Amino acid sequence: MSSLITLDHAWYRYPGREAEGEAESDSWALRDVSLTVESGELVGIVGRNGAGKSTLCLTLNGLVPHFFHGDLKGDVVVAGSSTRSVTVPALIKHVGVLFQNPFEQLTGVTDTVREEVAFGPENLGVPRDEVESRVDRALASAGIDRLSERHPFELSGGQQQRVALAAVLAMEPSILVLDEPTSQLDPVGSDEVFEVIGRMHRSGYTILVAEHKIEALAEVATRIVVLAHGKVVMDGSPRQVLTKRELLEFDVQPPRYTTLGQRLADRGLRSKGEEPLTLDEAARMVSDLLGQDHA
Amino acid sequence: MLECRELTFRYPNGVSALNGVDFAVQPGESVAVVGQNGSGKTTLIKHFNGLLSPTSGVVLVKGRPIAGAEPADLATTVGLVFQNPADQIFQSKVEDEVAFGASRLGLTREEVDERVSQALAETGLSSVSASHPYDLTLSERKLLCFASVLAMKPEVIVLDEPTTAQDSLGVRQLVRIIGKLIGEGRTVIAVTHDMEFVAEVFARTVVMREGRIVLDGPTSSVFQQRDVLETAYVKPPSMGRLSQRLRLAETVLTVDGLVAWVVGQVGHRLGRAPS
Repeated sequence: MSSLITLDHAWYRYPGREAEGEAESDSWALRDVSLTVESGELVGIVGRNGAGKSTLCLTLNGLVPHFFHGDLKGDVVVAGSSTRSVTVPALIKHVGVLFQNPFEQLTGVTDTVREEVAFGPENLGVPRDEVESRVDRALASAGIDRLSERHPFELSGGQQQRVALAAVLAMEPSILVLDEPTSQLDPVGSDEVFEVIGRMHRSGYTILVAEHKIEALAEVATRIVVLAHGKVVMDGSPRQVLTKRELLEFDVQPPRYTTLGQRLADRGLRSKGEEPLTLDEAARMVSDLLGQDHA
Repeated sequence: MLECRELTFRYPNGVSALNGVDFAVQPGESVAVVGQNGSGKTTLIKHFNGLLSPTSGVVLVKGRPIAGAEPADLATTVGLVFQNPADQIFQSKVEDEVAFGASRLGLTREEVDERVSQALAETGLSSVSASHPYDLTLSERKLLCFASVLAMKPEVIVLDEPTTAQDSLGVRQLVRIIGKLIGEGRTVIAVTHDMEFVAEVFARTVVMREGRIVLDGPTSSVFQQRDVLETAYVKPPSMGRLSQRLRLAETVLTVDGLVAWVVGQVGHRLGRAPS
């Protein structure tokens, strides 16, 4: 069976970049990206600002190249179709994208959360009854059923981001692409969104999430892809990627729990390797180090 | 340096954003203001340079009510760096943007140029000084707003969400710039959701909830108050959570602090163990 997402030597350059006299390879936002994602994975995409994370997200639902134009080389195949040969509306049925700022995503033309979440499927011509049941399911999945009659712009940032997520879910995509979904949120709003991400993953969604909050990502991701200058420079399980010291070369900080493990190993207090990624693992490491009274 | 007494503020639509805030900052203090979205943090700091006027209560800057202060005097006392650069940037060249405020302080041309190049150097923007601000990335535009305020050399610098849109390198740079300002004795106040940033930089933390200050004290003591923090929807930084999980007597906030604690524990045990 073919993979759900395949990028095969994909290169992408935004329009106008070739005319700016830059070095040829610097003008590309994605450079020779080869990546396959299987159904059910939760892939964390990390890297500096400008490393290509958002461009990669836009490539998956066809906004690159259909909306942004520019030059796309190589192949991007999503759910069996090359993104070049299918339209954005056709791709949207497979891929839902959630952007950083819920303000940019909410339509601004609806009066209630329920109407907002119904907006997408209604515009796809989904029958009324089907829209209603999709909206109910999406609100429940995003954990905002009790907000259904509220005005979207009277909600907190975390709640708005979950409304935007529910609107994406109501389109019933099989792939969710989340581009820094928590960057505008307070810590609790951010926790709420990560909790929903974990739940969506357990219920079978394939999820790609670009995020700087590495501690939160380490808790939920099954795989981490590191981008630098438009290239995939590291790719593997969170443990394989986040505990490697070369991560710092790409200006990505490991989880602080991992840094703690590395620092204790440097002091000779524990053997190197098996660094913790999460709060639970860090607590266990320190307890093991000091005996049971800190369990 | 800055003081609010019984400050309340109601927006014209009737929403009550501040419900009696008493708050004072001494010269040279570094203060983080944290709390849920909508808890009143940004409304509070907009009172510090007169952007908002209290519904009741007073704001004093250097002991004098802000209500009667000259905007030009205030500008050299309190500099506010907005969360969203679009609210602040209006020149078409980076260096002009940085010079805009500074050139209205009655300085000589040379002094202004000197301040501009220094502010650009400190924020790492020297190489883009001739660019159009909108050719910069969002994280660079945020640093540009910071540079514009630095060039005014205000005694108090107030930042609204400086770390949003910054990657880890951008955050490191902010930590360095703000650390330097604090080291020079400048007063720095920041509204932020980034508790790791709070733990690393700020000596004092104020927690807001529903327009009130619910905690105010040394950062490590504030992060110890788990019950109150929970009601304010604030979460300690990762090392704080770890030290609470490990039931440490004190809440340690940084990796350095936790390494030191483990080293101390191990040393203590070795000293105690029979040889």
